[in-house]
Amino acid sequence: MNVTRGFTGRPRVHNPGLPPGQYDAGEDWPVLSAEVTPDLAPADWSFRIDGLVERPHTWDWDAAHALPASAYDGDIHCVTGWSKFGVRFGGVSLDAFFDVVRPRASATHVLARSHTGYTAGLPLADVTGGRAWIAWEYDGRPLPAEHGGPARLLVPHLYFWKSAKWIAGLTLLDHDEPGFWERNGYHERGNPWQEQRYSGD
Amino acid sequence: MPARIAVSEQVAAVWQTATVAEIRRETPRAATFRLAVPGWAGHLPGQHLMLRLTAPDGYTAQRHYSIASAPDDSGHIELTLDHVPDGEVSGWFHTVARPGDTVEVRGPLSGFFAWPGDRPALLLGAGSGIVPLMSMVRHHRRLGLTVPLRMLVSARSPEELIYAAELGAETTAVFTRSAPPGVPVGRMAAAHVAPLLAGSPAGGWEAYVCGSNGFAEHASRLLVAAGQPVDRIRIERFG
Repeated sequence: MNVTRGFTGRPRVHNPGLPPGQYDAGEDWPVLSAEVTPDLAPADWSFRIDGLVERPHTWDWDAAHALPASAYDGDIHCVTGWSKFGVRFGGVSLDAFFDVVRPRASATHVLARSHTGYTAGLPLADVTGGRAWIAWEYDGRPLPAEHGGPARLLVPHLYFWKSAKWIAGLTLLDHDEPGFWERNGYHERGNPWQEQRYSGD
Repeated sequence: MPARIAVSEQVAAVWQTATVAEIRRETPRAATFRLAVPGWAGHLPGQHLMLRLTAPDGYTAQRHYSIASAPDDSGHIELTLDHVPDGEVSGWFHTVARPGDTVEVRGPLSGFFAWPGDRPALLLGAGSGIVPLMSMVRHHRRLGLTVPLRMLVSARSPEELIYAAELGAETTAVFTRSAPPGVPVGRMAAAHVAPLLAGSPAGGWEAYVCGSNGFAEHASRLLVAAGQPVDRIRIERFG
């Protein structure tokens, strides 16, 4: 252990919800996109699932909202070190979208893409089984544009760069396709509890 | 969105010991910490690193910081840190750190905000958002590059303008609270950005924006309004 002289850190109580290397951001919700926030109206938003599925499909805002509502109440964790506790997102479980398109047995991964060209690669198992959402509400209000509104992907059990803002679609694949940050040296999966921040972790 | 810039990622996973070599005050709130990192593999201007402090009971605090220095072969890198109120890591640097102390770093990280010096660069920063941009300016000078480079920086006052003595003709400073005699006080505005885009070099600018999220939103909108393509704007936000 490489102890830093004179460093004690903040007073702390053990928080079992805080993954290793993270700190509690409290009320803050830092914005960490590397691109210009797009001017994307709900009427211009669409969400498409294609690739290894039985029936590729595109939803517009109203069609997506016609699916059964589903909320996430819990925590989120950013690779840059902050975690945010007790957040509430409203939207639709990705399972409801997958029920329509029916993934093929050969599908193992997804590549998420945004309306701005951002991409993130994920194992299919990380976005099925009630573990991922398309979210358009935060704390009961429309999701702000700088946080990915009108709608973002939400995969809260992984570092938040996987939760692509301004989500435009998912392509199902039979292999892992690195997305923007995965090609940029970030870990291919990004599990906060295993501190999978960068490639090689 | 803009494409990433290819950089080596072999060293990103390795924590290295860095020794504080020198501390220089920049402004009442900001100081530069020069670190000796013998195994440093080099970086591109604009990249950042992850820095870790460890308490005696094993507790660690880690933060991302932009690298202020230009790439060189000295085995040193420089970080310029604001003293954040109640800052756990910046507080240690500003009140405890002295030459000879060791910390841990890993990186360099991210090729997205990097600038290799190959394309005309238009740099917009506010506060400590000038730090990664200064690495680019220093790189430009150090190599005697002729590719166009312009910087527009915002600070609360002349006293709080980091690297003030080092800024040259490539830089225009905007002051939001108090300014030298004859210089208007105000927010960065279209009138500052428009002339830079009107005078775009052949092939246009690659724009780099760094600062608080509020500044990043404001400055990137100014750029878009002035005609800069969104896929040629790279943003580094301090959360």
